[in-house]
Amino acid sequence: MHGIQLGHIDYVLLFIYFAFVLGIGFALKRYTKTSTDFFLSGRSIPAWITGLAFISANLGAQEVIGMGASGAKYGIMTSHFYWVGAIPAMVFVGVFMMPFYYGSKARSVPEYLKLRFDEKTRAFNAVSFAIMTVFSSGISMHVLAKLLEQILGFNYHLCIVVSAAIVLIYIFLGGLTSAIYNEVLQFFLIVLGFCPLVFLGLKSVGGWDGLVAKLNTVATSPTNPAGKAFAPGAWTESWAHMNSASANPMGVEWFGMVMGLGFVLSFGYWCTDFLVVQRAMAANSMSAARRTPLIAAFPKMLFPALVILPGMIAIALHQNGGSFLPTDAAGKVDYNMAVPAMLAKFLPPGLLGIGITALMASFMSGMAGNVTAFNTVWTYDLYQSYIKPGQSDRHYLRMGHIITVVGILLSIACAYVASAFNNIMDMLQLVFGFVNAPLFATFLLGMFWRRATGHGAFFGLLSGTLAAALHHGLTLPVGATMGIKGGWLCAGHVLHTYPVDMAQNFWAAIYAWSTCFIVTIVVSLITSKNKTDDELRGLVYSLTPRIKEHGLVWYKQPAVLGIIVLIAAIALNIIFW
Amino acid sequence: MSDGMKLDVRLPIGGMFALIGAIITVYGLFSDPAIYERSLGINVNFWWGLVLFAFGAFMLIMAWRGAKKRP
Repeated sequence: MHGIQLGHIDYVLLFIYFAFVLGIGFALKRYTKTSTDFFLSGRSIPAWITGLAFISANLGAQEVIGMGASGAKYGIMTSHFYWVGAIPAMVFVGVFMMPFYYGSKARSVPEYLKLRFDEKTRAFNAVSFAIMTVFSSGISMHVLAKLLEQILGFNYHLCIVVSAAIVLIYIFLGGLTSAIYNEVLQFFLIVLGFCPLVFLGLKSVGGWDGLVAKLNTVATSPTNPAGKAFAPGAWTESWAHMNSASANPMGVEWFGMVMGLGFVLSFGYWCTDFLVVQRAMAANSMSAARRTPLIAAFPKMLFPALVILPGMIAIALHQNGGSFLPTDAAGKVDYNMAVPAMLAKFLPPGLLGIGITALMASFMSGMAGNVTAFNTVWTYDLYQSYIKPGQSDRHYLRMGHIITVVGILLSIACAYVASAFNNIMDMLQLVFGFVNAPLFATFLLGMFWRRATGHGAFFGLLSGTLAAALHHGLTLPVGATMGIKGGWLCAGHVLHTYPVDMAQNFWAAIYAWSTCFIVTIVVSLITSKNKTDDELRGLVYSLTPRIKEHGLVWYKQPAVLGIIVLIAAIALNIIFW
Repeated sequence: MSDGMKLDVRLPIGGMFALIGAIITVYGLFSDPAIYERSLGINVNFWWGLVLFAFGAFMLIMAWRGAKKRP
């Protein structure tokens, strides 16, 4: 697409935003004196701020553009990524896991693994996580620059340099606090920037009822994104068409979705990924840390209205009145353009500037989240642990500054790798998927079964990763060729064929998790305990005193909040069944 | 932590939204009505600018009250 013209007013708004982002960095500089300030925000931040940062750090490239694209391609079933694939895990990490993360005084997720299990488990997690964050941040940068080049005609290299420089400056100056404050600013910008778009889009299609009517014709038309006709409600009913994979545009059935996405992938991400957990660790008290993901769950539940709905409106307009969405180089409809096309269609100069700024903000918060998680894991888990232990705090703070610069430079390099070799990126993301899939089994056993040992955890993780790779090598989605899509282990005949690659992903996660779970238990039982009960106090459920929260009013109690969140999520699922 | 809450995050948030809200509202008043064909004839700049301004002002007031409470 080539069509968004920004006016002077839009540039003014963009520059005001950049000025505030950098201003926050400069204002926080004088508070960033120790490595604890820089990497952990001195554990001083109230829950509502860490909660909004928790959600905003996750609001990266995939979210606004990707969920809009999925909204167009799959309709309201995309909301499973929220109401099934996020909310339950966010409640679980807040209510049950945060006491061990925050209470153990571990400074990072890999450090928790070291305290609970052993060095090799931590090293495995720290190294894979560090590499992954750098690549994610690079991919974010690349996607942003490509998007701006495509829709605004900006120079690709300039976009890379400017976005990298801004993120670098504000993290360098204010560390994690700066990243968190900017994430909160970005959160409000995205919410307030997209509200008018959703309002105008809905109004133009005749409200929700009008949208349903239009999407019913999309669902029954053989020229829809899935290329075959479904029952009328396939785009607007989230559960009704999940009995069989062939009855819905996503191509998954309910069991694979609930177990693969809702359990393994979702808990694996929200409960173990240091990128989000780091925000909660910066909270100013145990109860604030526990409330962080629960507070985040409220806006997260409503995000489908902001990011999926525009995509659904886009496809309704596209199929009911001519080609609204542009096509890509191969002549296929480019669903990633759903949200930008909506911005261009409905927002006049002024609000358009805010919409574009919000889009950039979402990419930058994704990048910054990765960079702060990377510099912490590098400095504490790799540098301090294996390269130079026992140095002064000043030394590690300086290392934090240096590695922030290095991390950004590596991200830029990754962005260029991504722009040159698309396949390498796909392959790396695939490998990270293998590494991540089993992680939640390790944490679950680590936190709730005191007999789990270091060897058990390590070999469980390793075999879970191998199981994911093996599954990928033996199966293939329909119509795909062998190679990056799978099937590389069999010559000619794959063991199983999935209707879509998403189903393949979900099942890979299920196999990886189960393998890790079983192997960890078996190896733990045949190896001897490597930690005494005393060492495990505060790290394992049965050896940690229950937290008493008598003093808190009811709406600040994690358990009460968790129940409210779950009831609301169930209600949403039923309303849009 | 030594500095308590450090810089109150509501200050920059309030400042930014009050500023861009005010700019868009004024722009909405003086801009060519033809540009609102896109937004279904509604002067969204003016109305949404007011909302953004009100949100920014609310954040600033909260920050102010927070500052007064702290010694």
